[in-house]
Amino acid sequence: MKFSNVILQSAAKVLVFIIMIYSIYILFAGHNNPGGGFIGGLITASAFTLLYLAFDVETVRDIIPLDFKIVGAIGVMLALLTGLASVLLGDNFLFQYYEYVNLPLLGKTGLGTAFVFDLGVYMAVVGTTMTIIRSISEDE
Amino acid sequence: MTKIAEILLGVVVLLGAIIAVISALGLIRLQDVYLRSHAATKSATLGVLFILSGVFLYFWIFQHHFSLKLLLGILFVFLTSPVAGHLNARAAYRSGVALWKGSVKDALKETAQNERREGEQKNR
Repeated sequence: MKFSNVILQSAAKVLVFIIMIYSIYILFAGHNNPGGGFIGGLITASAFTLLYLAFDVETVRDIIPLDFKIVGAIGVMLALLTGLASVLLGDNFLFQYYEYVNLPLLGKTGLGTAFVFDLGVYMAVVGTTMTIIRSISEDE
Repeated sequence: MTKIAEILLGVVVLLGAIIAVISALGLIRLQDVYLRSHAATKSATLGVLFILSGVFLYFWIFQHHFSLKLLLGILFVFLTSPVAGHLNARAAYRSGVALWKGSVKDALKETAQNERREGEQKNR
């Protein structure tokens, strides 16, 4: 008996977007509010897991054609490169630059290199969690 | 004006808490899985929605903070909780949990039996 449920699938189609938007909000809110890369990555991974619960493995692979091992590796590389960039500019390893910039649509916004580090943590967490879940669920 | 709002918000949050208690009582008192999931899904959702909207209105009126997160939470609970209840009851029915002995009619019985027979034939 193949499990397919119309109610779960159509609910998942709506809910995945809400969860993804909220995880990206959490990722950006990390500097001044509760949140950050780790919890944002876990929320994104839970959205992907909801897709896996509602649809087939093949369907989800078509929707998200990502190799999550590579996503995790890129995340760790990003975190390392933000540390090395400050060394190249003559400061300590992982020195944080923070500046207020006038962006065209958002106005005065604080941009820090800590966000790039957080993005690296986010991608590493998404990659690790989805690799674990995929490798457990595909075992036959 | 703030006095009226205070009283109204208190009533809304208290109503939500009372509905949650009624739902917990339903979980204890009702007879089988399906009746219990009926109690747990509907009234617990309504209780949480009442409490969340009370908190949302409190932050809006008294703290002048329009919390989009709470609105999103209300929408999210409203969408997910019935689906979770449906999945629970469906999983219980498909794994063959019996109905309460006082129940009159089981309209799904034939379909479920056919499905189970087909599944057994495929497994062989």
